[in-house]
Amino acid sequence: MDDFLLRALLAGLGVACLAGPLGAFVVWRRMAYFGEAMSHTALLGVGLGLLLGVSTQLSVMLVSVTLAVLLVAMQQQRQLASDTLLGIFAHTALSLGLVLLAFMETVRVDLMGYLFGDILAVSTLDLYWIYGGGLLVLIVLTLIWRPLLALTVHEELARVEGVPVTQVRLLFMILIALVIAVSMKIVGILLITSMMIIPPAAARRFAVGPEQMALLAAAIGAVSVAAGLWGSLQWDTPTGPSMVVAAGLLFVLVQLSGLFFQRK
Amino acid sequence: MAERDLLLEADGVCMAFGSREVLRHVNLVLHRGEILTLIGPNGSGKSTLVRLLLGLLTPTAGALRRADGLRIGYMPQKLQVDEVLPLSVARFLTLTGRYAKEKVAAVLREVGADHVSDHPLQSVSGGELQRVLLARALLREPDLLVLDEPVQGVDVNGQVVLYNLIGRIRDQRGCGILMVSHDLHLVMAATDRVLCLNHHVCCSGTPEVVTRHPAYLDLFGGAAFAVYSHHHDHAHDLHGNVIPGDEAHCETGDSDG
Repeated sequence: MDDFLLRALLAGLGVACLAGPLGAFVVWRRMAYFGEAMSHTALLGVGLGLLLGVSTQLSVMLVSVTLAVLLVAMQQQRQLASDTLLGIFAHTALSLGLVLLAFMETVRVDLMGYLFGDILAVSTLDLYWIYGGGLLVLIVLTLIWRPLLALTVHEELARVEGVPVTQVRLLFMILIALVIAVSMKIVGILLITSMMIIPPAAARRFAVGPEQMALLAAAIGAVSVAAGLWGSLQWDTPTGPSMVVAAGLLFVLVQLSGLFFQRK
Repeated sequence: MAERDLLLEADGVCMAFGSREVLRHVNLVLHRGEILTLIGPNGSGKSTLVRLLLGLLTPTAGALRRADGLRIGYMPQKLQVDEVLPLSVARFLTLTGRYAKEKVAAVLREVGADHVSDHPLQSVSGGELQRVLLARALLREPDLLVLDEPVQGVDVNGQVVLYNLIGRIRDQRGCGILMVSHDLHLVMAATDRVLCLNHHVCCSGTPEVVTRHPAYLDLFGGAAFAVYSHHHDHAHDLHGNVIPGDEAHCETGDSDG
């Protein structure tokens, strides 16, 4: 196997293992729009990173985390619903990113690469980002797993029973921001949410417990990554979108299998 | 601790959201071993008062005092868990605390819901869900139980059974119980004191006193005074099986009402 293919596969598998468990919470907490908006913000991070000449992963991380903190702070007021706030922040950030990129005439920017991913160009440094950042994300997620699950089921009940709700929620948003930052290069800004949502949704049919669903989601994500990579080599299709198509096909397959083997 | 331990005290508590005043100078005391029922029409501030007492809100004026180290078991009014989250009843009960399997089983038996332990939370019926919620509150071995509309979505016979259960829990565990209800008929037999709320405390006292109080009659009209009282020759257990004979304590109104 060629080096760049091996790196691509490793990067994709790393992202699948992150996006699965975290995505399970995105699905349980109905935060698909949050993930979507958050990832759009990443473009502002890219613009700032290129402008200041720092690593784009770092700048995307900083911008996304700032947005998450800002959102949690703004959610304390009640006049605007959080999805409205999110729309305001995220789309402003996306547009600001595009405006910034337009100003930088000297920098050649591969916009398509950021929007849809460029997994075949993954470098060894990118792999460090994915596995280093990913390990951190999984450790923190494990630590906040129980309280996060408790507040997902019933927030006030969790609060009465001693869960530090605001802190846990903020940590979770920061984790999503981190995952977006490290996996941007793999499937791109526009498609990263799909890797968080489709695998857990497909896993639901077979899962009897929350942890099981999260692990299954990681596995389904990994299969999608491998299948997408293979398909993109076979038919010369764009890699990121091919992985998402593979995940979508798996989801459909699972639904169809449910029709034939109806569970009680 | 002594039997008349003070668990909770509200002293002149006021609450406003923006310019909207929801609670005015509410005073309230609750002791160990006592059942206090909060009644009032919709929008009278019952839920706000409960959230204040739970510490989920901070009052705009007045003081709230709780006994040191007070452990609260809370049974929320509603629980809606999305189908997409696979969660068994047993798992739901241990979300915020790690309890031994035997303890979870014992509490489920106590509330009469041991048969749903392994069922998905979304598949249990309304009455079973109320019992499961009660079990989660009891697992914390609370000094104070806060039950927000505990019989919601349960038919009349089921309500009587649940209120009997709540009364038994107080007798056996000796905890204080604060209960929210929107009507008084069925709750009468199970409660020691009633606090009738409509943004302020309209009246309070024993159920007999409150039901005769003019403020109460004003709020609830004559309809509420038609005291529910009749005899059944059988009752139903949780599974819908008929329990014949003298177990049927369906008479809940006061006889002199």
